[in-house]
Amino acid sequence: MADSTKDPPPGCADLQELEDAEELFPEPAAPPESEPASLPAEDISTNSNGPKQDLLFDEDPEDLFAEATEEVSLDSPERDLLLSDGPSPAITPITPPTSVITPCIGHAHDDMFTHSSFDEIEEEEGGDLFDMNISVSDPEKVGDGMNAYMAYKVTTKTSMSVFKRTEFSVKRRFSDFLGLHSKLASKYLHVGYIVPPAPEKSIVGMTKVKVGKEDQSSNEFVEKRRSALERYLMRTVKHPVLLKDPDVLQFLESSDLPRAVSTQALSSAGLLRMVNKAADAVNKMTIKMNESDAWFEEKQQHFENLDVQLRKLHASVESLVCHRKELSVNTAQFAKSAAMLGNSEDHTALSRALSQLAEVEEKIDQLHQDQANADFYLFSELLGDYVRLITAVKGVFDHRMKTWQKWQDSQMLLQKKREAEAKLQFTNKPDKLQQAKDEIKELEGKVQQGERDFEQISKTIRKEVSRFEKDRVKDFKTIIIKYLESLVQTQQQLIKYWEAFLPEAKAIS
Amino acid sequence: MHYGMCCLCVLQPRAVNVDLQTDATLQVDISDALSERDKVKFTVHTKSTLPNFKQNEFSVVRQHEEFIWLHDSFVENEDYAGYIIPPAPPRPDFDASREKLQKLGEGEGSMTKEEFTKMKQELEAEYLAIFKKTVAMHEVFLCRVAAHPVLRKDLNFHVFLEYNQDLSVRGKNKKEKLEDFFKNVVKSADGVLVAGVKDVDDFFEHEKTFLLEYHNRVKDASAKSDKMIRSHKSAADDINRIASSLYTLGTPAMFKFEFEFTSSVVESGLLRFCFIALQKIEARVAADEDLKLADLLKYYLRESQAAKDLLYRRSRALVDYENANKALDKARAKNRDVLQAETSQQLCCHKFEKISESAKQELIDFKTRRVAAFRKNLVELAELELKHAKGNLQLLQSCLGVLKGNT
Repeated sequence: MADSTKDPPPGCADLQELEDAEELFPEPAAPPESEPASLPAEDISTNSNGPKQDLLFDEDPEDLFAEATEEVSLDSPERDLLLSDGPSPAITPITPPTSVITPCIGHAHDDMFTHSSFDEIEEEEGGDLFDMNISVSDPEKVGDGMNAYMAYKVTTKTSMSVFKRTEFSVKRRFSDFLGLHSKLASKYLHVGYIVPPAPEKSIVGMTKVKVGKEDQSSNEFVEKRRSALERYLMRTVKHPVLLKDPDVLQFLESSDLPRAVSTQALSSAGLLRMVNKAADAVNKMTIKMNESDAWFEEKQQHFENLDVQLRKLHASVESLVCHRKELSVNTAQFAKSAAMLGNSEDHTALSRALSQLAEVEEKIDQLHQDQANADFYLFSELLGDYVRLITAVKGVFDHRMKTWQKWQDSQMLLQKKREAEAKLQFTNKPDKLQQAKDEIKELEGKVQQGERDFEQISKTIRKEVSRFEKDRVKDFKTIIIKYLESLVQTQQQLIKYWEAFLPEAKAIS
Repeated sequence: MHYGMCCLCVLQPRAVNVDLQTDATLQVDISDALSERDKVKFTVHTKSTLPNFKQNEFSVVRQHEEFIWLHDSFVENEDYAGYIIPPAPPRPDFDASREKLQKLGEGEGSMTKEEFTKMKQELEAEYLAIFKKTVAMHEVFLCRVAAHPVLRKDLNFHVFLEYNQDLSVRGKNKKEKLEDFFKNVVKSADGVLVAGVKDVDDFFEHEKTFLLEYHNRVKDASAKSDKMIRSHKSAADDINRIASSLYTLGTPAMFKFEFEFTSSVVESGLLRFCFIALQKIEARVAADEDLKLADLLKYYLRESQAAKDLLYRRSRALVDYENANKALDKARAKNRDVLQAETSQQLCCHKFEKISESAKQELIDFKTRRVAAFRKNLVELAELELKHAKGNLQLLQSCLGVLKGNT
């Protein structure tokens, strides 16, 4: 039986195993309270098998830990196996999914899983404010030729108790980031968490770097990528659930990380991903969901609109970056021309003034260049990130639809089986009847589970969307403030330059 | 779209200052202008105490072709060979602007009402700016003529100012344009030859070298400044579009379901206002640079060309004079047609000396005018840039104050 998950305890990436294991073990000494509420922040999830799911809907959504056991399993393990790169080897799989989980595996942060009362946990929660700063720096080319890659230094500075140290760094390459995202996506997307998308691959960009072209465009590419990776990590850890994920922690802390091979575009896993994506797209079109909750309909529309607007804004900002760069070039050319004009002018004071003008324009062209960079890195990239994030949000809504579909399918199947059973009543086949009854019982469970899943994902999404919107507003505000500050600096410089020039112009007689 | 704009009750300060002496005896200005589908009608207004005019104050309506006619009549007049003929004003060119307005009209259905109104306003402002510039250029030409001690007495000029009927001056037809083209080719070829002749007079030799180089440099600077200003305008357009997008992003519809976001509605509105203001300022910066820098350079491109033409005419006269001397010597040697050769030589000598004398003064005046014009425009440019930067700064800082204060 599949139950929804919040956070798979260490080692539970090995889903298939777990699911079976769960069924083998009798109901653990699980506290009768079930289901913690959805989201945010902590994730302890629980589940009890079987019908003990009455307290499924927690009245108080903020009550994070109704349960402390962990038993996890994920839906559709087959699909996830394909997506996930498999368990991170540093984490030894734990077998018994019982409530008695010893901290084990050397991660101190697992102690949260053993708290039996949620008060303690809540306290820990409340005491640990988000205080973390990740920087990605020092891009270094490793290797040669087509096998070369860029290694980035990922430095984490934090005071949070979830980590063993306060400052540490590791070396990672781009495919490591993709691998991390892939794992997170497979674990969380389909239960409704908005997993921040990883930066995009760029075959052209990377090839240039591999080939060793040391020109400005490849430097810009590396810088762009470095910045994107930094933002990606910060966004990921800002998500209270993802922050505690062992894969994330391993990524940030451990010096060795297995290569994530299935992230390569042309690998078999990559191709399978593409096929699945296509299949999903087709399915989406055929699912017609009876939306009983106006909130979702409204939100979906909202995100559609937001998507359109953001893309438009992004395009305008990109255009601005382009034109500012052009302006910078043209200003430089004008400066040279003005200098020449000043040289040929035979009135001395005017000649000097024109040379000064040329100098001012040259400085201004540098200002334009800097401004264009600010436009780009602050504004344009942020918008690009959000355009991709919105796609992830839309994906989460789609998952909800799929969950609903699954539930409906189970219901329909149950209906059929019931009809079949009714028919069997009139025949004299007791064993077939028993089989039918068994199947029905199983299906009833499935249907209930399906309904629970659907409710759960809906709840999760509500929380996630609220968090997302809050973050979005905050993010934009921060960036806009930075951007405006950069504009302020530009204006201040302009004032300096022109104030210096003015007396020269007045001195012409 | 048809635009009939009757405007300019108050003429803006002249785009290019040529520091002209305006004295009471003859004052000319363009008091009004009307833009019609394919022509512009300028109302030329004159105030004069000179006896040769019937009234002290009068106005006539003139079109661009009549200005060109006047200019050409100066150029073709041998008596004015020794003067820098004020450059003719460029033809009013609204084609680009008109095209844009037309495209906007066609695309009306595909954009929101607000976008449409905004773009229409901008294009109209652009049209108006071009219009004002062309009026200024025509006015400057007339003022230069009126300020020139000799040209202001020209009969054609007086006819131009006073005759209140159509001058029936048609634009040049194809044949005449072709003739002009060949004349120019011959002239430039000749000019090269003539330029090669070294001048005995240091002053003119220096002026020749100077003007040649200066003219080329001004041409280059003019082209580069145009490019720079165009980029500036494109950037301003982008900021405009960003402001529009921010507006849509900030509308209550985007936030209505969450109470805590109401402050963001205010902030988005503020941001949008900020960007709109930024755009206006950028656009104004570009416009001012255009006025103070680009127009200045363009004007002096034309004036330096006129000065070069003067030098050419002088050199031509010098060559003629030298040729006449040689012819006289030959005639004296052969003792044939001596009188004719003598008269011819005297005429050439007289012509050359007359041109040289006035040319010297003209070139000195040209320098004075140029220095004054550059000074004025550079100072005004710097002052305007400062004004805009300070305005920008204030706007940004108050915006930041609100945004930061709300966190």
